[in-house]
Amino acid sequence: MSDSHATAVDTAESHPQLRHHFANMEQQKNTASLGMWLFLVTEIMFFGGLFCAYLIYRLMHFNAFAAASQQLDIKWGAFNTAVLLVSSVTVVLAVRAAQDGNRKQLVGYLVITVLLGLTFLGVKAIEYKEKFEKHHVPGPTFAFTNTFDDNGKQIPVNPKEAELFFSLYFAMTGMHALHMIIGCGLFSVLAVLAWKGHYSPGYYTPIENAGLYWHLVDIIWIYLFPLLYLISRHS
Amino acid sequence: MSKFLPLWPDRASTIAGQVDALYIYLVLVSAVMTLLIFVAVAVLAIKYRRRPGVLPHPIEGSPILEIGWSVIPFGVMLTFFIWGAVIYFKERTPPTSSTEVYVVAKQWMWKIEHMEGQREINELHVPVGQNVKMVMTSQDVIHSFFIPAFRLKQDVIPGRYTTLWFNATTPGVYHLFCAEYCGTSHSGMIGNVVVMSPQDYSQWMAGGPSAPLPEQGKQLFASLGCSTCHRFDIQGRGPNLQSAFGKPVLLEDGRTVTMDENYVRESILNPTAKIVSGFKPVMPTFQGLVSDEQLNALVAYVKSLAQPASGTLNQAAVAPAGQPQSKQVQ
Amino acid sequence: MATTVIPAQPISRPTNYLTNGFTLKSWLLTTDHKRIAILYLISVTLFFFLGGFFAMLIRLELLTPQGDLMHADSYNKVFTAHGMIMVFFFLIPVVPAILGNFLVPLMIGAKDLAFPRINLLSWYLYIVAGGIMIHVLLNGGVDTGWTLYSPFSTQFSNTNVIEAGIAIFIVGFSSIFTGLNFIVTVHRMRAPGLTWSRLPLFIWAQYATSLIMILGTPVIAITTVMLAVERLFHLGIFDPKLGGDPLLFQHLFWFYSHPAVYIMILPSMGVISELITCFSHKRVFGYKIVALSSIAIAVIGFLVWAHHMFVTGISLYAALIFSFITFFVGVPSAIKVFNWTATLYRGSISFATPMLYAFGFIGLFTIGGLTGLFLASLGVDVHVTDTYFVVSHFHYVMVGGVVMGYLGGMHFWWPKISGRMYPEGWAKLSALFVFVGFNLTFFPQFVLGYVGMPRRYWQYPPEFQVLNVLSTAGASVLAVGYLLPMVYFAWSLRYGPIAGPNPWNAAGLEWKTASPPPTFNFDETPVVTWEAYNYDEIEPKLEDGGIR
Repeated sequence: MSDSHATAVDTAESHPQLRHHFANMEQQKNTASLGMWLFLVTEIMFFGGLFCAYLIYRLMHFNAFAAASQQLDIKWGAFNTAVLLVSSVTVVLAVRAAQDGNRKQLVGYLVITVLLGLTFLGVKAIEYKEKFEKHHVPGPTFAFTNTFDDNGKQIPVNPKEAELFFSLYFAMTGMHALHMIIGCGLFSVLAVLAWKGHYSPGYYTPIENAGLYWHLVDIIWIYLFPLLYLISRHS
Repeated sequence: MSKFLPLWPDRASTIAGQVDALYIYLVLVSAVMTLLIFVAVAVLAIKYRRRPGVLPHPIEGSPILEIGWSVIPFGVMLTFFIWGAVIYFKERTPPTSSTEVYVVAKQWMWKIEHMEGQREINELHVPVGQNVKMVMTSQDVIHSFFIPAFRLKQDVIPGRYTTLWFNATTPGVYHLFCAEYCGTSHSGMIGNVVVMSPQDYSQWMAGGPSAPLPEQGKQLFASLGCSTCHRFDIQGRGPNLQSAFGKPVLLEDGRTVTMDENYVRESILNPTAKIVSGFKPVMPTFQGLVSDEQLNALVAYVKSLAQPASGTLNQAAVAPAGQPQSKQVQ
Repeated sequence: MATTVIPAQPISRPTNYLTNGFTLKSWLLTTDHKRIAILYLISVTLFFFLGGFFAMLIRLELLTPQGDLMHADSYNKVFTAHGMIMVFFFLIPVVPAILGNFLVPLMIGAKDLAFPRINLLSWYLYIVAGGIMIHVLLNGGVDTGWTLYSPFSTQFSNTNVIEAGIAIFIVGFSSIFTGLNFIVTVHRMRAPGLTWSRLPLFIWAQYATSLIMILGTPVIAITTVMLAVERLFHLGIFDPKLGGDPLLFQHLFWFYSHPAVYIMILPSMGVISELITCFSHKRVFGYKIVALSSIAIAVIGFLVWAHHMFVTGISLYAALIFSFITFFVGVPSAIKVFNWTATLYRGSISFATPMLYAFGFIGLFTIGGLTGLFLASLGVDVHVTDTYFVVSHFHYVMVGGVVMGYLGGMHFWWPKISGRMYPEGWAKLSALFVFVGFNLTFFPQFVLGYVGMPRRYWQYPPEFQVLNVLSTAGASVLAVGYLLPMVYFAWSLRYGPIAGPNPWNAAGLEWKTASPPPTFNFDETPVVTWEAYNYDEIEPKLEDGGIR
């Protein structure tokens, strides 16, 4: 790859990646990144509906939500949070490597990011399995006999309300996991393209935009973790 | 109200006149506004129609006019808002001295229970000049309790109570509609509100459940709407029950059963269990709708239809329930 | 198509977007925004007539008080199909996806939208969703009403609610991508010199619409997901028996579906601004305030959703606030109407067909908007909500507004799209049919609503019959008005006179290129040095439709 001296050529009107309807690479890059930011806005609104439902029911059925939340494994949740935070760092490093035109580093960081994403999904699978075993999956087999331990006071809860918590738990983490799967797929494709030398310091918009997407998915988890795992864990 | 072409609904509650007054005010203001715009458009379009040699005059705009036609309409709209809010506030705050009536809605009927123990279905009897507060809930989906003559409407929601209050002013019979779409027979979920003078009302109240069992059953048969489909004059949506009791019935699946007490009971509570040959499973279940006493009364009534001696009862039963849904359907 | 051999006349016939390839593939895999607009034109028109067919079934059933044309269940499915198709497959995409797709790049001097392939993806999403919707209809339909209220939709309906939900979910993403594409295009693709204050008002309207599309549509998407999940697994998200709240569904639903009515009306308002200026041959009165009023409508439109829920038992104070904000959203709409009217003053007004539609729009939208104030007024809303008054009100806005704007726009830009003129006489006649038929159909419904006839009724008390018969009669006139343009537009494709680049002597970049435009819109990127609607620099055209 002769990317080191390509920068000057890239901004000219003849760059191979320049699409017909743009005047130059700068316009193309700005367009793509504005498009990505707007897409992230729609993602926020999309998750917003779920967050809204969650917050309303948490207010309506606080005790049940707290009791159900206490059934989640805080260690797995914390571990996954750490995994995602590290993966955000590796994404930033990948973008940096693309800017520098360092192909090996770029591919390396992308692969690490995918692996971290898969780790997260693996842990999620373990947690889901545990829910099945404890009959905490909403549906006909759902059973919930736990009480809400409010500083030693045992408050019985309505299993229907706990079921609502787990419905939202699965809807929110499931939707998040779906986004993680899409992100892993995206980065895998980008890693292959990067290996083939598709990107250069003059053209790395896809890496940057996929990175933006990944950060958003991370941020959503940063909200999901305390909302779902940390209700009334102050004691 | 003209029965041919009604242009205005009956006015039969204390709030109705107030709603009408606001409505008329809105209509007048809107008419003036619409006329103003129509005339302006027509006059300007004709006066400045395209003619050779006459060039348009460029105008950038006018901040004063813009502010004028933003602020003035908003001022007018504020009067709509305040007036509407005042009426809404009255509608939503029942007086403390109200008689309570409980309503349970279900697909597709209104079950009404007076405090005195009187129960009715798709009918609501209320006295003139008394504050009545409806306390309503639904067994299944969302319904909406709507009395046009009172200008009142309130959604009836499963899992909670919603309330509505009124003070009826004019004796008469008025429509009761379900206004929130609730499934197949949404348009059949209608009934009558009977506003009575205090004397008539107390008389109606006094006419409690003291009639003989078949007589009660006959009333139930009409008020539950059974007579809508189970007709005696023509073939309705349900089998004709005249002289049917005790005889064999051919079912849709080919079996034959005898129409006994248990069959009638089952057909009321679980109508789709044994469908009579040639009929569609269109009857709603009355599970949870009729008490055991009422079931007994119904069974007794159906039984009496098969007895020649009770011919007078049959005569009376032919009279339909007097509701608009009593129309023949294929 | 059997046109593989193009006649050798390269000089007399320069390639335009229509002649740039004749194979099916050249259409189905095109990324040309103009061709995609044509794809939308065909598919949206099909859905319009499908929805119209269901409308006719509704009107026929309501001719008599008895439910004698079809069974109650069939009627419920018919009005649901009418609503879902008209809302999601016609009203929302009609102006943005057809006229917007065609015109946004042309009007801002761009070669294409920012993301041409995503634009094609939008159309395919629309088609997939449409296919699913038709599959639902063929397999028994849905009976929930387009509003899909729970718990009826989640626990009680026996019809194919989930599949219909999937169709709405997918068509929602079609709309999101269109909106996203427009916003990025307007930000990043404007020709040199085309500042924000020089943008046509149609672009401002599309921009405002796109904001709602990307902010609102994801919420309906996630709401249909929750609905489907609840229905599939019998969860209690909206079911009171399982701890849920059925009103939460209504809040989430209307959070999108109220702004969605502005997705429908705003683009048509943009069209009307173009028509009024062109046929008054004059700059719009108060350009800035008309442009900003579009954005104001989009923003305030997000804060009024609960005015659909005044009789659900929401708190008194919530009702007061939502009623108040609803009146507030009336102001920018009123400003637009006044400014259009003021634009006529000292203009040079032509009565060409598009202008007749513009007049029709002003009249019908005025009535639609004013009756919206009746509904915003709490005391009256309690009586008329969920009656035919509401039905009539939103048809005045949706049909009287959106469709009049769309038809006006189609007549205005048809010469640009096809390169041909349509027969003016027939067009005026159809405009008359639409206007008269529309009023005859929907005005009686205001009366019907106030008298108390609830909506979605399959049978009704006999005293409502006369008004219903009037309405049905009007609907048949309206149907003729809608069918006529189909015929003469098709006729004009072959026999219409050649239009030329600018048949109306209109301002605006789209008229500065050939009709039909070449594939990349402009032979060279235009540089804009003039303000929008610089009609004082253009001669008015005298021969078209003027009364002298």
